[in-house]
Amino acid sequence: MTLFEYLHYIILPVLVISAVLILWRFIKGPSIADKIVSLDLLITTGIGVIAVYSIIYNQSTLMDTALILALIAFLSTVALSYYLEKRKRK
Amino acid sequence: MIDIVIGVIATFGALFVLFAAIGLVRMPDTYLRISVTTKAATLGVGLVLMASTVYFSNADVTSQAFVIILFLFLTAPVSAHLIGRASYFIGVKLWDKSVMDDLRGKYQKNTHVLKSVVDDTPEDNVDHTKMEDK
Repeated sequence: MTLFEYLHYIILPVLVISAVLILWRFIKGPSIADKIVSLDLLITTGIGVIAVYSIIYNQSTLMDTALILALIAFLSTVALSYYLEKRKRK
Repeated sequence: MIDIVIGVIATFGALFVLFAAIGLVRMPDTYLRISVTTKAATLGVGLVLMASTVYFSNADVTSQAFVIILFLFLTAPVSAHLIGRASYFIGVKLWDKSVMDDLRGKYQKNTHVLKSVVDDTPEDNVDHTKMEDK
């Protein structure tokens, strides 16, 4: 088993299974904070998937996308929690 | 030989991401889920990025991957603190079997100020005994 087969058939399915579990918590999550947390973790898992794909396809330029995704994850979490805290309560 | 090193590091990274996902599903409380997110997933993604660093092994990808890892390590505690604070203010209920709440009566609901002693004005405190549908 070569490295690329191992990454294709073991590592990527594990990451996809974890993404599906996180998506389940995103749909189910009882409070809106759970949804924000699971969205953040989903983007972080996406960074891992992009890193594995950059190994498989031998394209180092895919790491740029991972950097942008890390920025977007942080900004979205900060913005959503800010507006969650500031919004009018009943 | 280098393939085995890459495989081992990627395996540990994927396992840590999987543990974070299982913890996110299984944990009984929003605050515990935040704790899972900010530790295990950051370590797992950092290990996967280290695997790509070992695979390419040139200066461009190494510096880029270390920038991503440094950014994740810096921003994960900040975002976890912010979302934990916001979820405490909007009154997300703690787990039923939680032993104690150190912040009870110290975060002020209207002014959003953290006091060091328990305030005795109960109308200004965050009530965590009931969870509203938010």
